[in-house]
Amino acid sequence: MTSYLISGGVMSGDQQVDILIANGVVAGVGSAIDATAATRAVKVDAKGCRVLPGFVDLHTHLREPGLEESETVASGSRAAAKGGYTAVSAMANTFPVADTAGVVEQVYRLGKSAGLCDVFPIGAITQGLQGSALAELGAMADSEAKVRMFSDDGNCVSDSVVMRRALEYVKKFNGIIAQHAQDPYLTKDSQMNEGAVSARLGLKGWPSVAEESIIARDVLLAQHVGSRLHVCHVTTAGGVEIIRWAKSRGVNVTAEVTPHHLLLNDERASSYDPIYKVNPPLRTQEDVLALRAGLADGTIDVVATDHAPHPAENKECEWQAASFGMIGLETAFSIVYETMVKSGLLSWDQLADRMSIAPARIAGYESHGQKIAKGAIANITVVDPNRAWKVDRDLVASKSRNTPFHAMKFSGSVIATFFNGAPTVLDTKLVGASHDN
Amino acid sequence: MMRHLLSASDLSYEQALLILDTAQEMAKVSESSVKKLPTLRGRTIVNLFFEDSTRTRISFEAAAKRLSADVINFSAKGSSVSKGESLKDTAQTLQAMGADAVIIRHGSSGAAKRLADSHWTSGAVINAGDGTHEHPTQALLDAFTIRKHLHVGVGDLRGLTIAIVGDILHSRVARSNVILLSLLGAQVILVAPPTLLPLGVEAWPAQISYDLDSVLPQVDAVMMLRVQQERMADFFFPTAREYSHYFGLNRRRLSSLKSNAIIMHPGPMNRGLEITAEVADSARSVILEQVTNGVSVRMAVLYLLLAGAPSGDIEGSVQV
Repeated sequence: MTSYLISGGVMSGDQQVDILIANGVVAGVGSAIDATAATRAVKVDAKGCRVLPGFVDLHTHLREPGLEESETVASGSRAAAKGGYTAVSAMANTFPVADTAGVVEQVYRLGKSAGLCDVFPIGAITQGLQGSALAELGAMADSEAKVRMFSDDGNCVSDSVVMRRALEYVKKFNGIIAQHAQDPYLTKDSQMNEGAVSARLGLKGWPSVAEESIIARDVLLAQHVGSRLHVCHVTTAGGVEIIRWAKSRGVNVTAEVTPHHLLLNDERASSYDPIYKVNPPLRTQEDVLALRAGLADGTIDVVATDHAPHPAENKECEWQAASFGMIGLETAFSIVYETMVKSGLLSWDQLADRMSIAPARIAGYESHGQKIAKGAIANITVVDPNRAWKVDRDLVASKSRNTPFHAMKFSGSVIATFFNGAPTVLDTKLVGASHDN
Repeated sequence: MMRHLLSASDLSYEQALLILDTAQEMAKVSESSVKKLPTLRGRTIVNLFFEDSTRTRISFEAAAKRLSADVINFSAKGSSVSKGESLKDTAQTLQAMGADAVIIRHGSSGAAKRLADSHWTSGAVINAGDGTHEHPTQALLDAFTIRKHLHVGVGDLRGLTIAIVGDILHSRVARSNVILLSLLGAQVILVAPPTLLPLGVEAWPAQISYDLDSVLPQVDAVMMLRVQQERMADFFFPTAREYSHYFGLNRRRLSSLKSNAIIMHPGPMNRGLEITAEVADSARSVILEQVTNGVSVRMAVLYLLLAGAPSGDIEGSVQV
């Protein structure tokens, strides 16, 4: 197996340090590196770069099985690698739904055979994502995929009894329930954030209270039954406030924010271009700022992409007819860097926490989010804060092109990604991937 | 003049007045024995209607024909093309046929803008009503009607107070009128139950009231909006009877209006719900005249968008 020397990058503070990767693990750091081994290694120039634990995404739609025209586990893995991710969490809303041990194992194996990152399936909470009968959570937990995180994402578990039971049941195997917080009654046929912009555009409003009321109920339920709750894609200032309050009361709750909700606001809908149509919707600038502050102070634990590929025809239409969702794996780092680090809200160590360490801890992905030290499994991402690039939807690794960031310029890039000690990306380009889409 | 007419907010004050003044000239054509101008001869105008709306469609059709354009009526409603693809596919089909202008009515807010911003068609796009967004030619014909009655057909609408009453939340007519009437200097008062006002309406250039009776004595024109029966099923108001009681225009309320105030309705009316038959047919009502003026205003819009004349004289001489 080829060994690699990541040379001249900065891990923490401002100290430049070399990192030797051999046999899948970190073989040495800094002065402890064996000189002979270093000369035999392929050198990866990381001067001016940051060396971080490989990113971990807790919210990824890989669309396989069933919707392979949008994405496959393999194509999604390529997008993940390109974005600096070494682990992704495949959401359950596939066809068939990932609500049985059989389907989660299938997705898990597809991830193994793609071999570009770990693909950890998220199991459905309820059968067929229908919100009523619980899926066989135990069987999924005991399967080869060892599912610990469950979500009906796309649908909210709105029935309070079902939500309570799910939270209680997963305590058996230290599982966690990831809720898509959206009151279905308040959001029937909703199209965009409800406020001044929706009033002007005549698009049906999606009130922030529809999200906040579910978050409030769920944190109280989690407290009541003493279980773990993860709030998917928080989008409102009020939601951040409720989670902050819950954490102060000792509720075992974690939360995520997407890069697009950190960057874009609901004014984008004025174009009526459904590339900006997403669930939950883009909110106001006030919400955007509250999300950034929440991510900075740790109220929001992690950045998760909610990468949601769709074929062109699902977006080349009028707003109401279009699908919800946008791709995000390949742009996540650049956006988080731009909005959070460059702006001074997060340190590099905190970025590593929000994008790698915390998500790996929440989901229990043991070989990820680890300190880069001798003997650790080499899941590593190298980023250059000064390598500017322009997003081009025609050059994405994802099978779908529905990025709202097309033609935007960002100042930081992912330079290299190492998954289990092997490079999946070098000099910003995919390596060793089979290009079968 | 602009290339498309998608929203009343596309119009500057001068452009809005130009349309009204041009419409006045066009009205003379409609009153003459030969109701036709050669202005748009050889131009193709498509009526692309994804929603049923006989009155708007025939109004545009009459307007286009009086300007000698070739008119194609394309009713996409009920066609087998699936929803998402149909707008693009249809637009490209029309482009292939060489449409100079597309008049679009669609159930989705923003559909007209999508069409104009896409590369699916190169023609001028006129919004004939998009979902619950806007209906700019309706606002123009309303402004034209108000100006004719209350400002002897000259200038803008300064000094006038106009109430728009009813389902503001779902009304494209209200959105376009708030923008246009306020642009022309009128004071707009929106009157509705709180459930039928959009959240965020405070940002609009209009006053808000929940009390029709207190508003009526102040206004020079009152515009009643159609209230759809299905709104009751969504709990926007308890019953039709209660709605009529608080927000319907009836004989009693008619008597509280100023003596020269006019009553308007974009149609189609729910007689007995938002307006009684007696009021709709009263001497104060200009509802049928709105229909007549609709043709003149749409002629003006088509003329200005397609013939591209900057001002004043109309090719083909209206004065005949």
